Amino acid sequence: MAPALDPMIGRYVRLEIDGVAHRLYFEEAGPAGGGAIPLVCLHTAGADGRQFRHLLADPEITRHYRVLAFDMPWHGKSSPPDGWEREEYRLTTASYTAAVLAFCHALDLDRPVVMGCSIGGRIVLNLAIEHAREFRALIALEAADFQQPWYDTAWLHRPDVHGGEVCAALISGLIAPQSPSVNRHETLWMYMQGGPGVFKGDLYFYRVDGDLREKIKAIDTSICPLYLLTGEYDFSCTAEDTLRTAAQIPGAEVQVMKELGHFPMSENPAKFREYILPVLERIARQRT
Amino acid sequence: MSPADRFSRLPDLLAADADLRRRGRWLNVECRVDIGAEPFYLDIRDGGLAALQRGPRLLKSVAFCLRGSEDAWRRHWQAPPAPGWHDLFALTKRGAASIDGDLRPLLQNLQYFKDLLALPRRLPETL
Repeated sequence: MAPALDPMIGRYVRLEIDGVAHRLYFEEAGPAGGGAIPLVCLHTAGADGRQFRHLLADPEITRHYRVLAFDMPWHGKSSPPDGWEREEYRLTTASYTAAVLAFCHALDLDRPVVMGCSIGGRIVLNLAIEHAREFRALIALEAADFQQPWYDTAWLHRPDVHGGEVCAALISGLIAPQSPSVNRHETLWMYMQGGPGVFKGDLYFYRVDGDLREKIKAIDTSICPLYLLTGEYDFSCTAEDTLRTAAQIPGAEVQVMKELGHFPMSENPAKFREYILPVLERIARQRT
Repeated sequence: MSPADRFSRLPDLLAADADLRRRGRWLNVECRVDIGAEPFYLDIRDGGLAALQRGPRLLKSVAFCLRGSEDAWRRHWQAPPAPGWHDLFALTKRGAASIDGDLRPLLQNLQYFKDLLALPRRLPETL
Protein backbone atom coordinates (compact mmCIF):
# COMPACT_ATOMS: atom_id res chain seq x y z
CA MET A 1 0.00 0.00 0.00
CA ALA A 2 1.31 3.46 -0.88
CA PRO A 3 2.34 5.61 2.10
CA ALA A 4 -0.17 8.29 3.11
CA LEU A 5 2.04 11.32 2.49
CA ASP A 6 1.03 14.91 3.14
CA PRO A 7 1.78 17.07 0.08
CA MET A 8 4.16 19.59 1.70
CA ILE A 9 7.93 19.13 1.61
CA GLY A 10 10.25 20.34 4.38
CA ARG A 11 13.78 21.64 3.74
CA TYR A 12 16.47 23.84 5.30
CA VAL A 13 17.81 26.99 3.68
CA ARG A 14 21.10 28.67 4.57
CA LEU A 15 20.97 32.45 4.64
CA GLU A 16 22.25 35.51 6.44
CA ILE A 17 20.04 37.81 8.50
CA ASP A 18 21.73 41.10 9.35
CA GLY A 19 25.11 39.49 8.59
CA VAL A 20 24.53 36.51 10.89
CA ALA A 21 24.45 33.00 9.44
CA HIS A 22 21.19 31.10 9.92
CA ARG A 23 19.78 27.72 8.93
CA LEU A 24 16.02 28.06 8.60
CA TYR A 25 13.52 25.27 8.26
CA PHE A 26 10.60 25.76 5.91
CA GLU A 27 7.84 23.74 4.32
CA GLU A 28 6.34 24.34 0.94
CA ALA A 29 3.63 23.01 -1.33
CA GLY A 30 2.34 23.96 -4.74
CA PRO A 31 4.09 24.61 -8.04
CA ALA A 32 7.35 26.58 -7.99
CA GLY A 33 6.89 27.80 -11.57
CA GLY A 34 4.13 28.07 -14.14
CA GLY A 35 2.79 31.35 -12.88
CA ALA A 36 2.07 30.19 -9.34
CA ILE A 37 2.07 33.03 -6.80
CA PRO A 38 4.42 32.67 -3.84
CA LEU A 39 2.52 32.89 -0.54
CA VAL A 40 4.79 33.24 2.50
CA CYS A 41 3.14 32.43 5.84
CA LEU A 42 4.35 33.85 9.17
CA HIS A 43 3.47 31.99 12.36
CA THR A 44 2.45 33.52 15.70
CA ALA A 45 4.77 34.32 18.61
CA GLY A 46 6.22 31.29 20.37
CA ALA A 47 4.99 28.85 17.73
CA ASP A 48 6.21 27.59 14.34
CA GLY A 49 5.22 27.02 10.73
CA ARG A 50 3.18 23.92 11.48
CA GLN A 51 0.29 26.27 12.19
CA PHE A 52 -0.15 26.50 8.40
CA ARG A 53 -0.14 22.78 7.64
CA HIS A 54 -3.78 22.79 6.57
CA LEU A 55 -3.19 25.58 4.04
CA LEU A 56 -0.13 23.74 2.75
CA ALA A 57 -2.30 20.67 2.17
CA ASP A 58 -5.24 22.48 0.53
CA PRO A 59 -5.35 21.80 -3.23
CA GLU A 60 -7.72 24.73 -3.75
CA ILE A 61 -4.93 26.99 -2.53
CA THR A 62 -1.89 25.25 -4.03
CA ARG A 63 -3.63 25.28 -7.42
CA HIS A 64 -2.71 28.98 -7.71
CA TYR A 65 -0.16 29.44 -4.94
CA ARG A 66 3.25 28.16 -3.97
CA VAL A 67 2.72 28.18 -0.20
CA LEU A 68 5.83 28.53 1.99
CA ALA A 69 5.90 28.53 5.79
CA PHE A 70 9.24 28.99 7.53
CA ASP A 71 10.09 28.67 11.19
CA MET A 72 11.53 31.92 12.52
CA PRO A 73 15.05 31.68 14.00
CA TRP A 74 14.79 30.15 17.52
CA HIS A 75 11.43 28.54 16.61
CA GLY A 76 10.39 25.06 15.50
CA LYS A 77 13.22 23.35 13.60
CA SER A 78 15.12 26.59 12.90
CA SER A 79 17.99 26.72 15.37
CA PRO A 80 19.07 29.87 17.12
CA PRO A 81 22.31 31.34 15.74
CA ASP A 82 25.70 30.22 17.04
CA GLY A 83 26.38 31.76 20.43
CA TRP A 84 22.70 31.89 21.39
CA GLU A 85 23.58 30.74 24.90
CA ARG A 86 25.25 34.09 25.60
CA GLU A 87 22.30 36.34 24.80
CA GLU A 88 18.68 36.89 25.74
CA TYR A 89 16.46 36.45 22.71
CA ARG A 90 14.53 39.58 21.77
CA LEU A 91 12.68 40.04 18.51
CA THR A 92 12.55 43.61 17.19
CA THR A 93 10.77 45.30 14.31
CA ALA A 94 14.11 45.56 12.49
CA SER A 95 15.25 41.96 13.08
CA TYR A 96 11.84 40.53 12.21
CA THR A 97 11.57 42.56 9.01
CA ALA A 98 15.11 41.52 8.08
CA ALA A 99 14.28 37.83 8.61
CA VAL A 100 11.21 37.96 6.37
CA LEU A 101 13.06 39.82 3.60
CA ALA A 102 16.07 37.48 3.87
CA PHE A 103 13.84 34.43 3.44
CA CYS A 104 12.05 35.92 0.41
CA HIS A 105 15.37 36.89 -1.21
CA ALA A 106 17.07 33.56 -0.43
CA LEU A 107 14.21 31.69 -2.11
CA ASP A 108 14.27 34.20 -4.97
CA LEU A 109 10.53 34.84 -4.65
CA ASP A 110 9.06 37.27 -7.14
CA ARG A 111 6.80 39.77 -5.34
CA PRO A 112 5.28 37.23 -2.98
CA VAL A 113 2.08 37.58 -0.99
CA VAL A 114 2.87 37.56 2.72
CA MET A 115 0.29 36.41 5.25
CA GLY A 116 1.19 36.66 8.93
CA CYS A 117 -0.73 36.03 12.12
CA SER A 118 -0.47 37.92 15.42
CA ILE A 119 3.16 39.12 15.57
CA GLY A 120 3.25 37.95 11.95
CA GLY A 121 0.28 40.20 11.27
CA ARG A 122 1.96 43.14 12.99
CA ILE A 123 5.11 42.71 10.90
CA VAL A 124 2.98 42.49 7.77
CA LEU A 125 1.79 46.02 8.63
CA ASN A 126 5.42 47.08 8.85
CA LEU A 127 6.11 45.50 5.46
CA ALA A 128 3.21 47.57 4.11
CA ILE A 129 4.78 50.70 5.62
CA GLU A 130 8.39 50.15 4.55
CA HIS A 131 8.49 47.61 1.69
CA ALA A 132 5.13 47.69 -0.08
CA ARG A 133 6.62 47.59 -3.59
CA GLU A 134 8.27 44.24 -2.93
CA PHE A 135 4.97 42.44 -2.37
CA ARG A 136 1.96 41.53 -4.50
CA ALA A 137 -0.46 41.70 -1.58
CA LEU A 138 -0.29 41.54 2.22
CA ILE A 139 -2.62 39.71 4.58
CA ALA A 140 -2.56 40.54 8.29
CA LEU A 141 -4.37 38.07 10.56
CA GLU A 142 -5.16 39.10 14.15
CA ALA A 143 -3.26 42.34 13.60
CA ALA A 144 -3.43 45.91 14.82
CA ASP A 145 -1.09 48.86 15.10
CA PHE A 146 -1.08 48.42 18.89
CA GLN A 147 -2.84 46.28 21.50
CA GLN A 148 -3.36 46.66 25.22
CA PRO A 149 -1.28 44.08 27.17
CA TRP A 150 -3.30 41.65 29.30
CA TYR A 151 -0.63 39.89 31.42
CA ASP A 152 2.93 40.23 32.70
CA THR A 153 5.31 38.40 30.34
CA ALA A 154 7.73 37.79 33.25
CA TRP A 155 5.64 34.66 33.97
CA LEU A 156 6.69 33.14 30.64
CA HIS A 157 10.29 32.38 31.57
CA ARG A 158 11.22 31.60 35.15
CA PRO A 159 12.44 28.40 36.81
CA ASP A 160 9.44 27.83 39.08
CA VAL A 161 6.81 27.87 36.30
CA HIS A 162 6.86 25.41 33.38
CA GLY A 163 7.38 27.65 30.37
CA GLY A 164 5.64 25.47 27.80
CA GLU A 165 2.61 24.83 29.96
CA VAL A 166 2.12 28.41 31.08
CA CYS A 167 2.51 29.73 27.51
CA ALA A 168 -0.10 27.27 26.26
CA ALA A 169 -2.46 27.93 29.18
CA LEU A 170 -2.28 31.69 28.70
CA ILE A 171 -3.02 31.61 24.99
CA SER A 172 -5.64 28.85 25.27
CA GLY A 173 -8.23 31.52 26.04
CA LEU A 174 -7.60 33.16 22.67
CA ILE A 175 -9.03 30.12 20.87
CA ALA A 176 -12.74 30.27 20.08
CA PRO A 177 -14.88 27.89 22.15
CA GLN A 178 -16.39 26.56 18.91
CA SER A 179 -13.03 25.38 17.54
CA PRO A 180 -12.69 21.58 17.34
CA SER A 181 -10.96 20.05 20.35
CA VAL A 182 -8.36 18.24 18.25
CA ASN A 183 -7.30 21.46 16.50
CA ARG A 184 -7.34 23.41 19.75
CA HIS A 185 -5.01 20.95 21.40
CA GLU A 186 -2.67 20.69 18.41
CA THR A 187 -2.37 24.49 18.55
CA LEU A 188 -1.60 24.33 22.28
CA TRP A 189 0.96 21.54 21.80
CA MET A 190 3.05 23.79 19.55
CA TYR A 191 3.16 26.38 22.33
CA MET A 192 4.21 23.73 24.83
CA GLN A 193 7.18 22.91 22.59
CA GLY A 194 8.67 26.39 22.36
CA GLY A 195 12.22 27.02 23.58
CA PRO A 196 12.76 28.72 26.95
CA GLY A 197 12.15 32.47 26.77
CA VAL A 198 11.30 32.45 23.05
CA PHE A 199 7.62 33.41 23.39
CA LYS A 200 8.65 36.12 25.84
CA GLY A 201 11.34 37.35 23.42
CA ASP A 202 8.80 37.52 20.59
CA LEU A 203 6.49 39.60 22.75
CA TYR A 204 9.23 42.18 23.20
CA PHE A 205 8.52 43.06 19.57
CA TYR A 206 4.79 42.94 20.15
CA ARG A 207 4.66 45.04 23.28
CA VAL A 208 7.72 47.25 23.43
CA ASP A 209 9.33 47.71 20.04
CA GLY A 210 6.53 47.21 17.54
CA ASP A 211 4.14 50.07 18.27
CA LEU A 212 3.07 51.22 14.80
CA ARG A 213 0.49 53.83 15.80
CA GLU A 214 2.56 56.71 14.46
CA LYS A 215 3.47 54.99 11.20
CA ILE A 216 0.29 53.29 10.11
CA LYS A 217 -1.04 56.22 8.07
CA ALA A 218 1.93 55.88 5.70
CA ILE A 219 0.45 52.69 4.20
CA ASP A 220 -0.55 53.12 0.55
CA THR A 221 -2.81 50.29 -0.58
CA SER A 222 -2.63 51.46 -4.19
CA ILE A 223 0.95 50.18 -4.18
CA CYS A 224 0.15 46.92 -2.39
CA PRO A 225 -3.34 45.73 -1.39
CA LEU A 226 -3.78 45.00 2.31
CA TYR A 227 -6.29 42.62 3.89
CA LEU A 228 -6.96 42.44 7.64
CA LEU A 229 -8.90 39.55 9.17
CA THR A 230 -9.47 39.05 12.90
CA GLY A 231 -11.38 36.41 14.84
CA GLU A 232 -14.18 37.65 17.08
CA TYR A 233 -12.91 35.60 20.06
CA ASP A 234 -9.44 37.16 19.98
CA PHE A 235 -9.31 39.34 23.09
CA SER A 236 -5.57 40.01 22.66
CA CYS A 237 -5.96 41.68 19.27
CA THR A 238 -9.65 42.47 19.44
CA ALA A 239 -11.91 43.06 16.48
CA GLU A 240 -12.07 46.70 17.66
CA ASP A 241 -8.25 46.94 17.54
CA THR A 242 -8.22 45.72 13.95
CA LEU A 243 -11.16 47.88 12.87
CA ARG A 244 -9.51 50.95 14.43
CA THR A 245 -6.29 50.13 12.53
CA ALA A 246 -8.07 49.53 9.22
CA ALA A 247 -10.01 52.78 9.56
CA GLN A 248 -6.71 54.67 9.31
CA ILE A 249 -5.63 52.95 6.08
CA PRO A 250 -7.60 54.02 3.00
CA GLY A 251 -8.35 51.02 0.80
CA ALA A 252 -7.59 48.36 3.43
CA GLU A 253 -10.05 45.46 3.36
CA VAL A 254 -11.12 44.32 6.82
CA GLN A 255 -13.19 41.43 8.04
CA VAL A 256 -14.17 40.10 11.47
CA MET A 257 -14.29 36.30 11.43
CA LYS A 258 -17.14 34.66 13.34
CA GLU A 259 -16.44 31.74 15.70
CA LEU A 260 -12.67 32.12 15.33
CA GLY A 261 -9.97 33.29 17.70
CA HIS A 262 -6.31 34.28 17.56
CA PHE A 263 -5.09 31.21 15.61
CA PRO A 264 -7.59 30.85 12.76
CA MET A 265 -5.42 28.72 10.46
CA SER A 266 -4.69 26.09 13.10
CA GLU A 267 -7.57 26.28 15.60
CA ASN A 268 -10.31 25.79 13.01
CA PRO A 269 -8.90 25.26 9.50
CA ALA A 270 -12.30 24.53 7.93
CA LYS A 271 -13.85 27.72 9.26
CA PHE A 272 -10.79 29.84 8.36
CA ARG A 273 -10.92 28.46 4.82
CA GLU A 274 -14.34 30.09 4.34
CA TYR A 275 -12.73 33.48 4.95
CA ILE A 276 -9.29 33.14 3.39
CA LEU A 277 -10.18 31.41 0.10
CA PRO A 278 -12.12 34.41 -1.27
CA VAL A 279 -9.22 36.71 -0.31
CA LEU A 280 -6.69 34.49 -2.07
CA GLU A 281 -8.95 34.23 -5.12
CA ARG A 282 -9.20 38.01 -5.31
CA ILE A 283 -5.43 38.37 -5.11
CA ALA A 284 -4.95 35.71 -7.79
CA ARG A 285 -7.35 37.60 -10.08
CA GLN A 286 -5.80 40.98 -9.33
CA ARG A 287 -2.67 40.37 -11.43
CA THR A 288 -4.55 39.68 -14.67
CA MET B 1 -30.20 29.35 39.90
CA SER B 2 -27.85 32.19 40.88
CA PRO B 3 -24.19 32.15 39.76
CA ALA B 4 -23.19 31.45 43.38
CA ASP B 5 -25.59 28.50 43.52
CA ARG B 6 -24.06 27.19 40.31
CA PHE B 7 -20.55 27.52 41.72
CA SER B 8 -21.60 25.65 44.88
CA ARG B 9 -21.98 22.58 42.65
CA LEU B 10 -18.22 22.57 42.04
CA PRO B 11 -17.44 19.51 44.23
CA ASP B 12 -19.76 17.26 42.18
CA LEU B 13 -18.54 18.71 38.89
CA LEU B 14 -14.88 18.13 39.76
CA ALA B 15 -15.55 14.69 41.19
CA ALA B 16 -17.04 13.75 37.83
CA ASP B 17 -13.94 14.92 35.91
CA ALA B 18 -11.14 12.41 36.50
CA ASP B 19 -8.99 13.97 33.76
CA LEU B 20 -9.00 17.41 35.37
CA ARG B 21 -8.10 15.88 38.74
CA ARG B 22 -5.27 13.96 37.05
CA ARG B 23 -3.91 17.16 35.52
CA GLY B 24 -4.03 18.89 38.92
CA ARG B 25 -2.51 16.02 40.86
CA TRP B 26 0.59 18.02 41.93
CA LEU B 27 -1.48 20.90 43.25
CA ASN B 28 -2.16 21.64 46.93
CA VAL B 29 -3.39 25.14 47.69
CA GLU B 30 -6.05 27.13 49.50
CA CYS B 31 -7.58 29.95 47.49
CA ARG B 32 -10.69 32.10 47.35
CA VAL B 33 -13.14 32.73 44.54
CA ASP B 34 -15.75 35.49 44.86
CA ILE B 35 -18.94 35.10 42.90
CA GLY B 36 -20.22 38.65 43.11
CA ALA B 37 -20.37 39.51 46.83
CA GLU B 38 -20.26 35.88 47.94
CA PRO B 39 -16.86 34.36 48.81
CA PHE B 40 -16.02 30.68 48.35
CA TYR B 41 -12.96 29.11 49.98
CA LEU B 42 -11.41 26.24 48.05
CA ASP B 43 -9.09 23.75 49.71
CA ILE B 44 -7.50 21.87 46.83
CA ARG B 45 -5.59 18.68 47.66
CA ASP B 46 -3.88 16.62 44.95
CA GLY B 47 -6.14 18.22 42.33
CA GLY B 48 -9.36 17.34 44.17
CA LEU B 49 -11.57 19.54 46.33
CA ALA B 50 -10.97 18.59 49.96
CA ALA B 51 -13.35 21.37 51.00
CA LEU B 52 -15.48 24.13 49.51
CA GLN B 53 -16.71 26.61 52.09
CA ARG B 54 -19.38 29.10 51.09
CA GLY B 55 -19.67 32.47 52.82
CA PRO B 56 -17.34 34.75 54.79
CA ARG B 57 -14.65 33.22 57.04
CA LEU B 58 -13.02 35.80 59.32
CA LEU B 59 -9.23 36.10 59.01
CA LYS B 60 -8.96 33.03 56.79
CA SER B 61 -5.67 33.09 54.92
CA VAL B 62 -5.47 32.06 51.26
CA ALA B 63 -2.72 32.04 48.62
CA PHE B 64 -4.70 34.09 46.12
CA CYS B 65 -8.15 35.47 45.54
CA LEU B 66 -10.08 35.64 42.29
CA ARG B 67 -13.02 38.01 42.16
CA GLY B 68 -15.64 38.35 39.47
CA SER B 69 -18.97 40.12 39.26
CA GLU B 70 -22.15 38.03 39.16
CA ASP B 71 -22.69 39.17 35.59
CA ALA B 72 -19.14 38.13 34.62
CA TRP B 73 -19.59 34.58 35.90
CA ARG B 74 -23.07 34.29 34.42
CA ARG B 75 -21.73 35.23 30.99
CA HIS B 76 -18.58 33.13 31.43
CA TRP B 77 -20.70 30.04 32.06
CA GLN B 78 -22.97 30.43 29.04
CA ALA B 79 -22.54 27.65 26.49
CA PRO B 80 -20.93 28.83 24.35
CA PRO B 81 -19.79 32.02 26.05
CA ALA B 82 -19.87 35.23 24.00
CA PRO B 83 -16.62 36.80 22.75
CA GLY B 84 -14.83 38.71 25.49
CA TRP B 85 -16.47 36.66 28.27
CA HIS B 86 -15.03 33.25 27.39
CA ASP B 87 -11.72 33.23 29.28
CA LEU B 88 -10.46 34.20 32.73
CA PHE B 89 -8.09 36.79 31.24
CA ALA B 90 -10.75 38.11 28.90
CA LEU B 91 -12.67 38.91 32.11
CA THR B 92 -9.69 40.52 33.86
CA LYS B 93 -8.73 42.52 30.76
CA ARG B 94 -12.21 44.05 30.55
CA GLY B 95 -12.27 44.72 34.31
CA ALA B 96 -15.06 42.24 35.11
CA ALA B 97 -12.73 40.12 37.29
CA SER B 98 -9.52 40.58 39.25
CA ILE B 99 -6.82 38.41 40.82
CA ASP B 100 -4.58 39.24 43.76
CA GLY B 101 -2.27 37.50 46.19
CA ASP B 102 0.50 34.98 45.42
CA LEU B 103 -0.16 34.19 41.76
CA ARG B 104 2.54 31.52 41.53
CA PRO B 105 0.33 28.48 42.26
CA LEU B 106 -2.24 29.90 39.83
CA LEU B 107 0.27 30.36 37.00
CA GLN B 108 1.95 27.01 37.72
CA ASN B 109 -1.41 25.31 37.23
CA LEU B 110 -3.10 27.79 34.96
CA GLN B 111 -4.95 25.46 32.59
CA TYR B 112 -6.20 23.46 35.58
CA PHE B 113 -7.65 26.60 37.17
CA LYS B 114 -9.17 27.86 33.93
CA ASP B 115 -10.88 24.51 33.42
CA LEU B 116 -11.92 24.26 37.07
CA LEU B 117 -13.55 27.69 37.00
CA ALA B 118 -15.34 26.87 33.75
CA LEU B 119 -16.92 23.68 35.14
CA PRO B 120 -20.30 25.31 35.98
CA ARG B 121 -20.73 25.78 32.21
CA ARG B 122 -21.58 22.07 32.14
CA LEU B 123 -24.70 22.59 34.24
CA PRO B 124 -27.95 23.06 32.28
CA GLU B 125 -28.67 26.78 31.87
CA THR B 126 -32.27 26.26 32.96
CA LEU B 127 -31.12 25.28 36.47
